[in-house]
Order: sequence, then C-alpha cells, then structure tokens
Amino acid sequence: MDRRKFVARLLADRRGMMVITGIGSATYDVAACGDHSLNFYLWSAMGSTAMVGLGLALARPDRRVAVITGDGDMLMGLGSLATIGVKQPKNLTVIVLDNGHYSASGMQLSHTSSGIDLAGAAKACKLRVEAVSTMDRVDELRALLHPARCSFTRASMPTTRNASSRAATAAASSSGSCRRRGSRLRM
Amino acid sequence: MSLAKRSAHTNWPDRIHAVFKRHGIRQVGYVPDHGLTRLIELCCQDNEIIDVVLTTEAEGPALALGATLGGERAALMMQSSGVGNCLNAFSLLRNCAVPCVILVTMRGEFNDFNPWQVPMGQITEPTLKLAGFQTYRVEQEADVEPMVESACSMAFGGGNMQIAILLSQRMVDRSHQGH
Repeated sequence: MDRRKFVARLLADRRGMMVITGIGSATYDVAACGDHSLNFYLWSAMGSTAMVGLGLALARPDRRVAVITGDGDMLMGLGSLATIGVKQPKNLTVIVLDNGHYSASGMQLSHTSSGIDLAGAAKACKLRVEAVSTMDRVDELRALLHPARCSFTRASMPTTRNASSRAATAAASSSGSCRRRGSRLRM
Repeated sequence: MSLAKRSAHTNWPDRIHAVFKRHGIRQVGYVPDHGLTRLIELCCQDNEIIDVVLTTEAEGPALALGATLGGERAALMMQSSGVGNCLNAFSLLRNCAVPCVILVTMRGEFNDFNPWQVPMGQITEPTLKLAGFQTYRVEQEADVEPMVESACSMAFGGGNMQIAILLSQRMVDRSHQGH
C-alpha cells in the first residue's frame, strides 16, 4: 500500500479534525498532504504520540482528533493503548502505519516484523478492531474516521530492508508491492 | 482509610486540590502512589477534573502537551522514581513551552524502608533541574498551599514554565513496608 496515498485519502475533506503525527515517516506522510493549521508534528519523545492525542481529545471533545504514527512509536508507547482503553474517548482515532521497520533510522526490523500484533494488543486494551487489508477500504475508513466515532487503525506497509526510508517508501509506492494489511480498532 | 479518617491526620491533599481548582486545572495524570492516595481520590471524585491513570509516568508529559494544545491546563502527580521514567518525554514540555505542574512524592530519603528507592530519590531534584524544571521542596504541611499556589501561578500565569513540587518524605510515612 502506498502510505502517502493512504494518508492523503484518509485525510481528504478532514474539515476541523486535529492531527497529531509521530516522529518518523508518519510526519512526512501527513506533511506531504499539505500543511494544515490543525496539524501538530511531534519530532521527539518517541512513544508519546498516542498520549498527546489522548490529552487533546479529552480537552476538545467537540473535535475529532487523529493520531497518525508508525509501529516503532506505537511499540514504545504500548502502555498508552491501555491508558486510552481506560478513558475511551469517542473522538480519538489512532492510526498506525505499520511497515515493520524503523524506517527513519535505517530500516531496522521492528517487533511487528516478528509477528508482534499491534492490532491484537489494541484489542486487548478494549479498543474496537476492524481489519482493513486493501486500499479499497480507505474510503470506508475515512467515513468511519470523520464522524464522531473513536477508532484505531493499523495499516501494515513493509518496505525493502536495505533501502533508505524515503527511497524504500517510494519504491513500494511505485511498484505497488506493499503488503496490504491493516486493522481498525474503534473504541 | 476513608477520606474522613484521613482528614483527622492531615489535609494537605485537600489544600492542593483546592489550588488545582482555583487555577482551573482540568486534566490530572498520575501513576498511583501511597502518598498521593487522597489527592488522587479527590481528583477522581471531582467532575470538573479529568483524571487519567497512566501505565508509566512517561505518558504524563505527552498528556500535558495534548491538554495544552486543546486549551486546558494539566498537572501530573508521581513518585520520585517516576521522574526517571519521564526524562525523554520532558523534552516535549521544553520544546513546546508547555505550562505544567508536577507533584512529586519523594522516596529514597528520610527513613525510607526500601533501599532500592534511594538511587533515584537522590537524583530526582537535580534531574528535574537538568530537564528544565523549576523545583521547590515542601518539608512541612504549612508550606504546601503557598508553594503549589506559586507553582501554578508561575506555570499558568504567562511564564509557560515547568514547575516541580517535591513533597518531602517527612510528610508521608515510609518507615515500614506496605507503603
């Protein structure tokens, strides 16, 4: 799956939705859609992104809040899934672009490449799960994202290990060879 | 122990809660600690405060950043050992000038039954200073209210500072196990 296109489709017609991005490629993906006054790009404190989204969602129940981040960031903040599961904010969506690698640091393997299941972890934390395996369901995801429903999306986007993150992403995009595997978890 | 029974011994948690209210703190993130039990109870029972129990103190600075982005004020509460868990996350507060007050119940100092608490307890305050916090120690109950009041004024009164109040172990009995 082309992560740039996936994110762009997801954020189309976002209106007043606030977006928090995690350190790494997810920030590039969101920024590539065009900057927006309601974007907030985290560029430090790996593992913190979902919690920033929680604080914002609790403070602004009138707004939709989307966290868009990667598997490495989510793995480092795995406990935050439990914290979010306790609060169950209906206006928060966590979207994990899972490529199984630390793409910003040189494409080292992450735990999800060994089968560690972020969707399963989120489900265990009382988040509602809905799997999305193809780009065809992005519009469906967006429809679920924009109204007042809380969700967690996981989209797996493996790339070649030896390439740099940007090159790998570009290659995956052009070849269309990405595995299409994703999960959606709604709270 | 019930709130009523506790109040016969001390009311510094009530005073801190009252200061939180006066300063419009809306989100309180915490990892449970014996010394914070009553204050946590007060916050949880308060419909105007959103209490967020954290799996690790490291989630706290991120919560505070999110609250600030949404226009709300946040305070964090943790044991001194939790300060060590937060170090990298504190960079969010500095980078974004997030006003934040952290209440730290000290361990590893006066008469602690647990020697494993000593290493982090000994470096808690200098660590906070290195992370950019203004730190203030409270040794006795009479100082709690003015100290926390000042901390909130410094943090939320326009300075956008990060303030840590260190509640001395003298204020919380840690002389025996079970705490």
